[in-house]
Amino acid sequence: MNGSIALPKEQLRVKHKAPNHQPTQQLQSWILRVLVYAAAIFTFSVLLFLIGYILIRGIPYLTPDLFSLEYTSENCSMLPSIITTVEMTLLCLVIAIPISVFTAIYLVEYAKKGNKLVGLMRLTAETLSGIPSIVYGLFGMLFFVTQLGWKLSLLSGSLTLSIMILPLIMRSTEEALLAVPDTYREASFGLGAGRLRTVFRIVLPSAMPGILAGIILAVGRIVGETAALIYTAGTATELPSSLLSSGRTLAVHMYCLSSEGLHTDQAYATAVVLLLIVLAMNTISALIARKLTKK
Amino acid sequence: MTNIKYKIQDLNLHYGAFHALKNISLDLPEKQITAFIGPSGCGKSTLLKTLNRMNDLVEGCHIDGTVTLDGEDIFDRMDVNVLRRRVGMVFQKPNPFPMSIYDNIAFGPRTHGIRSRAKLDQIVEKSLRDAAIWDEVKDRLNKSALGMSGGQQQRLCIARALAIQPEVLLMDEPTSALDPISTMKVEDLVQELKKDYTIIMVTHNMQQATRVSDKTAFFLLGEVIEFNDTADLFSMPQDQRTENYITGRFG
Amino acid sequence: MRIRFDQELDAMHNDLISMAAMVETAISQGVQALKYRDAKLAQQTIAGDTEIDRKERSIESCCLKLLLQQHPVARDLREISTALKMITDMERIGDLAEDIAEVTLFLCDRPAYAAPIQISHMAEATIKMVRDAIDSFIMKDLAKAHSVIEYDDVVDRLFVETRNVLIENIHQSTGDAEQAMDIMMIAKYFERIGDHAVNISEWVEFSITGTHKNTRLL
Repeated sequence: MNGSIALPKEQLRVKHKAPNHQPTQQLQSWILRVLVYAAAIFTFSVLLFLIGYILIRGIPYLTPDLFSLEYTSENCSMLPSIITTVEMTLLCLVIAIPISVFTAIYLVEYAKKGNKLVGLMRLTAETLSGIPSIVYGLFGMLFFVTQLGWKLSLLSGSLTLSIMILPLIMRSTEEALLAVPDTYREASFGLGAGRLRTVFRIVLPSAMPGILAGIILAVGRIVGETAALIYTAGTATELPSSLLSSGRTLAVHMYCLSSEGLHTDQAYATAVVLLLIVLAMNTISALIARKLTKK
Repeated sequence: MTNIKYKIQDLNLHYGAFHALKNISLDLPEKQITAFIGPSGCGKSTLLKTLNRMNDLVEGCHIDGTVTLDGEDIFDRMDVNVLRRRVGMVFQKPNPFPMSIYDNIAFGPRTHGIRSRAKLDQIVEKSLRDAAIWDEVKDRLNKSALGMSGGQQQRLCIARALAIQPEVLLMDEPTSALDPISTMKVEDLVQELKKDYTIIMVTHNMQQATRVSDKTAFFLLGEVIEFNDTADLFSMPQDQRTENYITGRFG
Repeated sequence: MRIRFDQELDAMHNDLISMAAMVETAISQGVQALKYRDAKLAQQTIAGDTEIDRKERSIESCCLKLLLQQHPVARDLREISTALKMITDMERIGDLAEDIAEVTLFLCDRPAYAAPIQISHMAEATIKMVRDAIDSFIMKDLAKAHSVIEYDDVVDRLFVETRNVLIENIHQSTGDAEQAMDIMMIAKYFERIGDHAVNISEWVEFSITGTHKNTRLL
């Protein structure tokens, strides 16, 4: 009995001795904690301020006029731009997703390891993603608009943006595919499934959340893009009647409004709508991703 | 006399410049359990993977010699997917697909062209029953397989392998990631499965080899040092290296 | 490498050697007591048997502990199971030495009776057998184990000779017939000791070859 009581005392004494050099450590960890909290609060408040500022400046000017079908210099309607944005986004995704996802599948699942072509493609993709969007705009203007004679149009714009988001979706798809454990592939091959079945029934579904994340990022870039579009899709205010007619997306619309300097308030109102659209898109895609992973 | 299921003759396997398997010749008996033992990197897993040609996926892998399954050369004219249909595999770590329990089991049969729901239902139930896990999962067949315990997942993987009605079951350290109770369940199951399947198992656990297997092959540095009835190998090993390894006086 | 396991096996070997030494002492003390009608020595031998029994227990528990903890296979498994069988035989030899001492104690109160010389020879022969049997186990010496088994013939022959001498004595009415019967008992005890030494050697053979009396046990 005595022994077992004596032991904890011994341990306590040891514990009391230790704090000799602890105050400095405690101080250090305290300073670090304060810094970390400060950084977090700063980031969060900047974001909050930004959103708050836009909302306060924009909401009062959200009038029904802004959503009339026809744009006039009187009402500054953004409805045509909203519709153009949706069209532009869908077009880009339809063009870019298959190409980039299949490229990624080739790189990860089919190309042999150490293949020189693979390295080259990765390098190209990385370089492409580092180029400023105005360069894409210039290229689009020279090639699609002038060379192919498609003029300032939805087609020229969407092709230009597709090239821009290709590396984005490709890289994230690649990462997502690489993150699928090899044990899944082994198990599938072990059951006598071929490569095609393994990729489409096992690997792709597992990688879906990652691929979706890449697509969401890409959509964000499409919606927010201005520079590349001004030179390729133009700034026409009316609803585009065909693939070959010009149109402005919401971001371009906002840019035009604010650069003209006549409709700054309307520009803020447009920004509110853009903000809401981005928010809605993120929420919806998060929901889709959750649903996919749950299954 | 038992039939020979797998006949391995003068098998040599290279990974690039590395000679991983050296002159392996083994006759693996039908409807018995053969254990492969040996230190890490001795080639036992490599040989196991050669038996259903999983090494085909590995870069720079070169194989000489012959392996026959019921007399048919597995490298020569046999389609690799047909081979893997006849030879199921269970891996070291439980690796259920991230889908429902039902779909996990049905994946193999669907791969081989079975579409009828009634037929699939029947296969799923039989496989799960054979893997002694039916009672535990029958009420949640549509739940994700990832929600199961490790031991259950491994038995699910065994059921998944059984669903393609193979003749041989290859098991690569099937219990190394499991707790003792789950390990015992899997060992019991394997003994039970021996009635209908030829089982070849790599194990690091020598007690497991003595408990479960009928025959044991001891591998060292890519060679088979000794291949004998398990009781003989563990009581009177013929080779000093085998003796040193199994009594833990290796190296 | 299993350093700890090897140390424990060594410790078990040492225990076996010291148990064998105790058994040898018991036999030689018993025969000394008989020769000199030394009641005190006989008492000592009887008392010594408890010590042998205690040693048996301790080796037994050591072996069981090794089985539990080390899961021995192959040579190790044979060695430990052999030790378990050997100590049973050694304990029986200890009992027989005690029996000899008890008979001696009874004889001490009787008039002198010249025991046949073969009795001392039997004592020497059985001591040698027990010692060689244990040695053959420790040294893993199969030839020595076989020699012990063969040596049993010598003890059997000595037993028959002793018997013949005693019968002759009774016929010629030299000495006490009752004492002759007791000496006969002692001779039988020695003969039994020889048999136990043979048992030990047979287990030693198993531990080396895996075969016990020409049958594979595992």
